[in-house]
Amino acid sequence: MRLAAPPKSPVARSEQIILFRAGGQLFAISSASVQEVRSVDSLAGVAVPVNETTLAKVRHAIPRTGRNLYVVNAPLHFGLRPTPAALIFLLRNSRIALLVDGIEKMTTMTRLLALPGAFCHEERAWYRGLTVLDQNVVPVVNPAGFLSAQEISQLDAFAAQQTLADGNAAARPEVTA
Amino acid sequence: MTWTDQGDTCSCVLLRLGERRFALAADQVAELAAPSRIFRFAHKTPEIDGVILRRGRVVPVCDIAETLTGKRLTQRRFYLIATRRQPTGLDWIALPVSGECELIQADLTPAGPSDSPHVSAWLSHQGEVIEVLNLYALTPGVVPHTSQTSAQVPEAQAC
Repeated sequence: MRLAAPPKSPVARSEQIILFRAGGQLFAISSASVQEVRSVDSLAGVAVPVNETTLAKVRHAIPRTGRNLYVVNAPLHFGLRPTPAALIFLLRNSRIALLVDGIEKMTTMTRLLALPGAFCHEERAWYRGLTVLDQNVVPVVNPAGFLSAQEISQLDAFAAQQTLADGNAAARPEVTA
Repeated sequence: MTWTDQGDTCSCVLLRLGERRFALAADQVAELAAPSRIFRFAHKTPEIDGVILRRGRVVPVCDIAETLTGKRLTQRRFYLIATRRQPTGLDWIALPVSGECELIQADLTPAGPSDSPHVSAWLSHQGEVIEVLNLYALTPGVVPHTSQTSAQVPEAQAC
């Protein structure tokens, strides 16, 4: 009699991730969701200020092909203490750019664990899940969780108003004595 | 479970939180584990301290002592790993306890309408009347048979 072959273990799907720090803490993001990594210095003169007071985590926008990319301060988004940002991630297929402290390393994750049900607030939108790397638990961020569609619309409306106000100010003739 | 409405004999685990003892239905207890490293990351659920790794699972740590006794535990001797039935399966949660736990058989008296939501029943043991805890009222997260699920993280595997 032949013994049945043992069931094959499912092939682990791996995913390239970027480990980065924000607010001094470690996070992971799928490298496929990051289109560009730039130094914050490269944004000097490009980024325009956004003073929408209800969204403190967004202070700048980057005009790109007729639309704004909104720069989200990652520590403020996660409720962490603000830290000086060195890098900016421009997210793929997204209108979000992310200010981070720096990149720790690039690596591969083979397992993404669901966020336990006990976590029941905003973090459910922040994270795709958790991964274990070198005996450390690292949250894997959800690239779509930084700004909701409603927040992007709100920022668009604010930016349009701001542009209009700036245009009017520029068109107004100077008062001469 | 039927014991809450029948006042039946049930296996319970007695746990110590500071000076007081509480009980948990034994079928909700997975194991008693030694304290291990807590991993912390940004989140907005204040009842959760962090997570521990246990048998390949990520288990959230929830200190229920403050709710039950008014004081946080100064010494964590063990983690009582409890399970909660959720729409997506069993959810594990680690409860820090300050002393050894004991498995007992006891007759339960169902909780009355005037009891706190965290009390699912009462038991009497060695002259002491002890609250049998309702984990769902004490720990954050989805309660069974609700529509909110972890579908917001569709790519993640269940622990």
